[in-house]
Amino acid sequence: MSIFVDENTKVIYQGLTGSQGSYYGGLNKAYGTQVVAGTHPKKAGTDVDGVPIYASVAEAVEATGATATCIFIPAPGVQGAVLEAAEAGIEFIVAITEGVPAHDEAYFFNKLKTDFPNTRLLGPNCPGIISPGKCNIGITAGHIAQAGGPVGIVSRSGTLTYQALYELKQKDIGVTTCVGIGGDPVPGTSFIDCLEAFEADPETKAVMMIGEIGGSAEEEAAEFIKHHMTKPVSSYIAGVTAPPGKKMGHAGAIVSGGKGTAAAKMEALEDAGVKVGQNPTEAGELMAEIVAGL
Amino acid sequence: MVLPSISPYAIREATPVDLFEYQGKEFFAQFGMPVSPGRVAFTVDEAVAAAEELGTPVMVKAQVHTGGRGKAGGVKFAADVEAVREHATNILGLDIRGHIVQRVWIEKASDIAEEYYASFTLDRSAKKHLGMLSKEGGVEIETVAEENPDAIAKIWVDPVVGLSEEATRQWVAAANLPDAAVEGSVDILQKLYTAYTEGDCDLVEINPLILTPEGKVHVLDAKVTLDGNSTFRHESYEQYDATQPRDEREEAAHAKGLQYVGLDGSVGVIANGAGLAMSTVDVINQVGGSPANFLDIGGGANADVMAGALEVINNDPNVKSIFINIFGGITRGEEVANGILEAMQRVDIEAPIVIRLDGTNADEGRAILEPNLNDKLMMEATMLSAAEKAAELAR
Repeated sequence: MSIFVDENTKVIYQGLTGSQGSYYGGLNKAYGTQVVAGTHPKKAGTDVDGVPIYASVAEAVEATGATATCIFIPAPGVQGAVLEAAEAGIEFIVAITEGVPAHDEAYFFNKLKTDFPNTRLLGPNCPGIISPGKCNIGITAGHIAQAGGPVGIVSRSGTLTYQALYELKQKDIGVTTCVGIGGDPVPGTSFIDCLEAFEADPETKAVMMIGEIGGSAEEEAAEFIKHHMTKPVSSYIAGVTAPPGKKMGHAGAIVSGGKGTAAAKMEALEDAGVKVGQNPTEAGELMAEIVAGL
Repeated sequence: MVLPSISPYAIREATPVDLFEYQGKEFFAQFGMPVSPGRVAFTVDEAVAAAEELGTPVMVKAQVHTGGRGKAGGVKFAADVEAVREHATNILGLDIRGHIVQRVWIEKASDIAEEYYASFTLDRSAKKHLGMLSKEGGVEIETVAEENPDAIAKIWVDPVVGLSEEATRQWVAAANLPDAAVEGSVDILQKLYTAYTEGDCDLVEINPLILTPEGKVHVLDAKVTLDGNSTFRHESYEQYDATQPRDEREEAAHAKGLQYVGLDGSVGVIANGAGLAMSTVDVINQVGGSPANFLDIGGGANADVMAGALEVINNDPNVKSIFINIFGGITRGEEVANGILEAMQRVDIEAPIVIRLDGTNADEGRAILEPNLNDKLMMEATMLSAAEKAAELAR
């Protein structure tokens, strides 16, 4: 099984008529994703390579029964696009766009939580989600992911997500679902959300988690793993050799409270029983050992 | 030359914009917050003229993007114009934690009865805005947080709900500010929240927020960091771009729109995506090399971006080899390959280049590069082997 999406997931592309949207929407469709509609307020009735364009998400949902959307709208329009999708009843929103202001992210994260608790947001500034062989929403190159299982991947970094998929594929290890949660200040879906879903998924037997310096999301994930995960986890944290960060005012330093360095994150993860690699290749090797021992 | 270290913020959030104190006060004043009148001065004569215009006594304050100004001798009280001349002479050109003072802020001096601390920032963990208020201001707030955490009253604000006057009053009460400071503080804190949200700030901080002997609450310092991603809706933020501290290499990279942080090694790094760029720096260190920089060419990198990145790296005299590490998602392999070849025609690149290319259209990209490989342009199959090769070439 996969988490969040599968071969039956019908996806709308907000921004399908743009250059990025049409390129990746096309690649996703060619991969086998059910790309059922695009939206553009002024281009309703047209199509992009046979995919019909509707004026709004609500109209697209009504016509196609889509439950997911992928946002390729430029940063100033992302807040509007996310809220439009949630109001139209979309259950899973993937926002690829980078450069969204942090205050917008904080706003729509809390708005969804309060008013649309059944809507999951992934991103913004993320590569998307791929369940190899079933569904690919976003910008991940499909050919680097091996279908099957038993590994689930969750990553905070775009290109390191691909690196992780690639490391496993070279070792002939399949992936149930790979989720790129993005590295922005307020990600819609967290490490813990994904770990929880992988723990509940019977086909996922082990999880690879890719983090990076800054914030405390990895430390929180380590806490969760320690107390709630029965499945083995391997990890890599980017920024191991980065010199100590400069402070951004006192308030920021207090919020992070000494957390945020790669060393602190790795220690927290190791303490939770996670196998931590020094680089992506080593994390892949550790996962291969885990898989061999399953 | 000052080499800033990689901060998680510097690479992850599209270039946060730090304001000088005087810019922060101008920013706060736009939202109706009480700040002292003052003038910015770049020379001693300008400082003296400003003091004469304002009337003494004044404060002479170094304007630098770092803390600890007072301890470094960068903040002085001047009773008369002669004292202004003396202090401005000493402060201009002063090195404060690696930052050379190029401007001072001359401000009407205030009488202080009490000093408080107030700030708003995003709590990433709670995913809400966090306000902090303390009766113990004027000192390093980290020290207060460590030694007496109960002295900091915190409030978490849901951005959808906002900060009501009632909630602000409860917050001020929780901080145990004296009665005389309550009304003024409530007013300033509400305006501070408005400035924080409407201004798209990563951080607003007042330390100290003071109570004067006359019972007025007043903003005596201002630290403001703006979200670089929000500039599309704040045209006026362009003015702050010119005053961001950058070394020459960083300035050149910034002009090309590249995410660059200078380091002090000899292997030039170009990668796509912040995570991969950080990981590349890690791997070079781990194989015994020493990275010269962190450079993320971003998701949508094309030939022009790659050429620009190579030009920036090529201008760093410490670079002895260049490692281009690309894993294509949004970046397509043939664009990367064409960019490298085009850049090599445009610029005379001295250092040998080692490329590792994977991901979207990697085969097409490799096919373009293949006929051009020589001892100046090499290709390796994996990130680790490419890092080893680049480190070896830099020795």
